[in-house]
Amino acid sequence: MKILVCISKAPDTTTKISFINNNTEFNNDKVTWIINPYDEWYALVRALELKEVNGGTVSVISVGGADYEAILRKAFAIGADDGVRIDANPTDAYFVANQIATYAKAQGYDLVLCGKETIDYNSSQVGGMLAALMDLPYISLATKLDVAGNEATVECEIEGGKEICSVKLPAVISCQKGMAEARIPNMKGIMAARTKPLQVIPAAASETLTEIVKYELPAEKTGCKFISPDNVDELVRLLHEEAKVI
Amino acid sequence: MSVLVFAESTNGKFKKSTLEAVCYGKQVATLLGTDCIALADGALDASELASLGKVGASKVVTVKHDNLAHFDAKAYSYVVTEAANKTNSDVIIFSYNVSGKAVAPIVAAKLQAGFVAGAVGLPEIANGFVVKKGAFSGKAFAYYNIKTSKKVIGLTPNSFPITSTDATATVEVLDINIPAEQFSVTVKETVKTTGDILLTDAELVVSAGRGMKGPENWGMIEEMAKILGAATACSRPVADIHWRPHGEHVGQTGITIRPNLYIAIGISGAIQHLAGVNQSKTIVVINTDKEAPFFKAADYGIVGDAFEVVPKLNEAFRKYKAANH
Repeated sequence: MKILVCISKAPDTTTKISFINNNTEFNNDKVTWIINPYDEWYALVRALELKEVNGGTVSVISVGGADYEAILRKAFAIGADDGVRIDANPTDAYFVANQIATYAKAQGYDLVLCGKETIDYNSSQVGGMLAALMDLPYISLATKLDVAGNEATVECEIEGGKEICSVKLPAVISCQKGMAEARIPNMKGIMAARTKPLQVIPAAASETLTEIVKYELPAEKTGCKFISPDNVDELVRLLHEEAKVI
Repeated sequence: MSVLVFAESTNGKFKKSTLEAVCYGKQVATLLGTDCIALADGALDASELASLGKVGASKVVTVKHDNLAHFDAKAYSYVVTEAANKTNSDVIIFSYNVSGKAVAPIVAAKLQAGFVAGAVGLPEIANGFVVKKGAFSGKAFAYYNIKTSKKVIGLTPNSFPITSTDATATVEVLDINIPAEQFSVTVKETVKTTGDILLTDAELVVSAGRGMKGPENWGMIEEMAKILGAATACSRPVADIHWRPHGEHVGQTGITIRPNLYIAIGISGAIQHLAGVNQSKTIVVINTDKEAPFFKAADYGIVGDAFEVVPKLNEAFRKYKAANH
């Protein structure tokens, strides 16, 4: 079984977000970059678990500049067999999906996995777009995934509940919590990561359909009003009369 | 050109998030000088379909097919794409809930439409078509300009008010043939959690963390939620050690919510947690540690032990509810 896992990089979850150039650019200064947690903890680790049971290969793919190499090597250390970096600035979701689809179409993958969203732009777009561009079925927000023969059984989140369904492979699936547990790379994995094949290919001609024109930070709270624990009726009154939320 | 809204329903009724999306679609249509059309399941009652007129749809187009009873992202996106073509719609709007996340990206890619996912405001059309959306998991906002003539917007639930009038919508059946190969998923089992309030839809949320000391102490949290008609949520550590289900985890790597009222009990307020809840209109924090970072993000705070404060507060809420209903 051939599995492709789409990997994005994202600022570490503890990052304090700020912007430069009159709020038109994200401030990269002192930011630690990690593999987008949904891509790593759920998509990649579940792909490795499936390979351990069914055999096959797990490849990782990213669209990004040379600064993505560390991210892909980390994925190797966790256990991915090989990787592809499409050498381009990942400008918008359509551009990224188009690059990955153009490459992946001819490679005969049985499963294409991605995280449910990146923790920086939270758009949850690339998986669905990939499915559209590759004309494959798409299951989003999967919490469990098993494969038998050419069929996958998936448990996924639906509005107000969950659904267990089956889909013929190949398919694209976006992964979230429940799918697997995070793995910490061991020394053997870290050593092996250095020599695993990482192919760098040029980007295909593609459009960018959107552009970010500016950023904004949320308004700061004006200050917390403290209420005595012995006077909880006052809190109820404030919620009703002042905040008007109950 | 029109604005088309994907009007999702459940158990024969439109969802709250759908009504928000139609209201939003109406406003976008007004900005663009056009009409708002809603796309709905043809199996719904005529009166339910026409009711979308109240929230701003001038017309409701319907599609009926037995297999649409089960959610299938590929088939649904086929229907929406065809409906957009047949109604000559250039702007397509989804609620960016669980179904929107599955369907909207496929529609956007098929139409090669620029797509803003997670919008929290109306487009600014003075210079381009700029839509504000949440970014960095609630820590910031980004303004996206859509450069294409066709546009897709996924509206964040609970981010747009529902307003209604007495208007009704005309209902028209759309003739769309769905090829069999568009149905790609076989549903084996659906587990509904009806009865509970959907966390992303909830206007009131009661949330608790490690300060509760153990899963056996959640009774008073659930009681508060019940009195208020609120949904329950929790912090990540509590979900990770299985005190609470993963579906309740709000924060950067969990669910992002924006209720009117968020009550945080025994949660210190790590940056990752705040990211998931800081769009709440009003935040109440109850914590023993007066230095807890959450107080900086709160509107109201009580420094005190949850095991003493929560039962008293439940009593006060109960008294308030009895007096006001």
